[in-house]
Formats: sequence, structure tokens, C-alpha cells
Amino acid sequence: MTKVVTVTSGKGGVGKTTTSASFSAGLAERGHKTVVIDFDVGLRNLDLIMGCERRVVYDFVNVVQGEASLKQALIRDKHDDNLYILAASQTRDKDALTKEGVGRVIDELKEMGFEYIVCDSPAGIEKGAQLALYYADEALVVTNPEVSSVRDSDRILGILQSKSKKAEEGGSVKEHLVLTRYNPERVEAGEMMAWNDIVELLGVELLGAVPESEDVLNASNAGMPVIREKGSDAAAAYEDIVARFLGEERPQRFLTVEKKGLLKKLFGK
Amino acid sequence: MSILDYLTGRRRKNSAQQAKERLQMVLVHEGARRRGPDFLPQMREEILQVISKYVEIDQEQLQIHLDRSDGYEVLELNVVIPEKRD
Ligand SMILES: Nc1ncnc2c1ncn2[C@@H]1O[C@H](COP(=O)(O)OP(=O)(O)O)[C@@H](O)[C@H]1O
Ligand SMILES: [Mg+2]
Repeated sequence: MTKVVTVTSGKGGVGKTTTSASFSAGLAERGHKTVVIDFDVGLRNLDLIMGCERRVVYDFVNVVQGEASLKQALIRDKHDDNLYILAASQTRDKDALTKEGVGRVIDELKEMGFEYIVCDSPAGIEKGAQLALYYADEALVVTNPEVSSVRDSDRILGILQSKSKKAEEGGSVKEHLVLTRYNPERVEAGEMMAWNDIVELLGVELLGAVPESEDVLNASNAGMPVIREKGSDAAAAYEDIVARFLGEERPQRFLTVEKKGLLKKLFGK
Repeated sequence: MSILDYLTGRRRKNSAQQAKERLQMVLVHEGARRRGPDFLPQMREEILQVISKYVEIDQEQLQIHLDRSDGYEVLELNVVIPEKRD
């Protein structure tokens, strides 16, 4: 059985692509054959974050329009044989994708035996974002602890519940909240909304929180999903998220201020 | 800690709370989802019709709310039936 998981948010710049890259790399790491698709036509970035930008020959739009086969367009990850990337087109506009075309590609990926199809959504709530979530079985709603991001997440949840294929058929897309750029220090200082307030506002269960971390920028500079930056908090957070998504019980971390030991106090981090 | 720190600290303490309260208002008002599914107005009409068969009530006397918390939804109906005069 294949699962289509859409990473979405409404608002831009909250961490969808970062999350898509690490989430799919994490699934692959655990032995699941996974493909991650960049739906951000015209603004492709996933290839850079995954470090495969120089190997893009054909893209998602080429496949949807029948100009290339899926086999030609799929890029196998350098480090993990279970992971494939389907890049977005950089030159076409959003209208190049159609519901039917996307559906055909997803069906073909299912036939190829992919267990997880991760869809990295563009920002917004218009056609591009709606296409990215249309075929979703589950959704990771990426939210920052900040008013405009929470409001936009609410909007995109509304769209998941009315415009997805699942909703049209009377079912529902399973929703998960992924809080990114969470800063427990600022929460404790009363400067940032706490995770439980956001859960209450959105009515979606927390899959996990990713702390604000310098490692995210470093990893993206190197073209590597941050989950592979072993030892970093961001990697640990994404590993938890993948494990919980797969049904493992893991207590939440990174939600409270870590008590600094004497050594840390003396030498910084 | 100076008094100023204390004061600004306190002011900041309010800012997360303020964010939450403002969002609560906005989200309820916009009702992007659940709180107002498509069937709600229709259902309200039909419930009104049924009640009207038995008692005389005003359109405004029926209030319907759909609330969601902790994974379940609560449908709340409020009907005010006028006192019967004879
Ligand atoms: N946990 C994090 N800590 C610090 N920076 C982050 C974190 N998550 C994302 N970012 C940064 O935020 C920016 C936007 O992230 P991106 O994943 O491209 O968002 P989106 O795809 O939603 O537009 C990037 O510069 C990225 O490095
Ligand atoms: Mg992106």
C-alpha cells in the first residue's frame, strides 16, 4: 500500500521544503522506498536542499506532459537507494500541472512500488497548493509559532477538509502538526506562543517540534537533508517525527528549555 | 534585574498570550473549517422546520455551534421556547 503524504502550510518560508527533505530521507533511512516530489513549479528548491540540482535532466512537468518518462525523470539519491526525487520545473508556470496529469504520475509511482510519495507543496492556498494536497492520504501541516503562520495553517486545513480527493469522497485526510523554528526559551519568556496553545487553536495533534537550529542552514548549504546531520537537535527532531509517523511511541522533546550543565554553562554549547 | 527589565519582561509575557487571543478571535470569525461545515445552514433550516411543527419559535431563537476540542466535535443546539400564554 502506497501512502501519499503532503507537506503543506499556506504560508511560505515556514519549513515545508526542509521538512519534506528530512521526512522523506528519514522514511528511506528506515527502509521504505520513498519518492519526494517538488510541486513548487517555477520556484524549484527541493533539488538544492537534497543536493541533486546538477542531476536534473527532466522534471515533474515533463512527465505530466508526456515529454519524458517517469524513469527518465526520477533522480536516485546519492546516499540512499530507497530515496528518489522528482524535481519541479524551473521554466514553466503553475498551469503546466493538471489534476489528471498529477493523478497519472501518482498512479504510476504506486505501480512502481513506492511506499511513500511525499509532496512538497508550494506556498499559498491557490491551484498549486491545492494540486499538491489533492491526492493526499495524510498531511504534515508545517507551522511556525507565529500569528500569520497559524492563521494560514487554519486556512490550509480548511482546504484539506473540503478540496482534497479524500474529502470529496466523504473521507478525510489524516492531519499532523509539525511545529518548526520552535524556541522554548522565547516561549518561556512569554514571547512566543506555546505548542499547546497552537495545538488548541488548530485542533490538530502535534507530530513533533523542530527547534530553531543553525544546523538547518548549514545542511542546506551542503545540499544535505538536515536529518543526516547526526548529533544535531534538528536531526533528532526529524527522526522522532518519522518514527512517530510510522507509529512508534516517542515522548516529545525540544518543547522545554534544556537545563544547561556546568560544562555547557562554562563553554557555551 | 532592574525595574525596567521587570516591566518589559512583563510586557513580553503578554505578547504570546495576546497572539493567542487575537488568533482565537480571527479563527472563530473566519471559520475556515469545521466550525462551519457546508451542511450547517441547511441543517439549521430543517431543525427549525421540525421544531416549528410543535412550538412556535422565532428564527433567531435557534443557535447552532460546532466546536472541536481534543479530537472530538461537539454540536451544540440552543433553542429558546417562548413561554406559552393562554
Ligand atoms: N528549524 C529551523 N531552524 C532554522 N531555520 C530553519 C528551520 N527550518 C527552516 N529554516 C529556514 O527557513 C527558511 C525557509 O525554509 P523552507 O524549508 O525553504 O520553507 P518553505 O518550503 O516552507 O518555503 C530556510 O532558509 C530554512 O533554512
Ligand atoms: Mg518550499
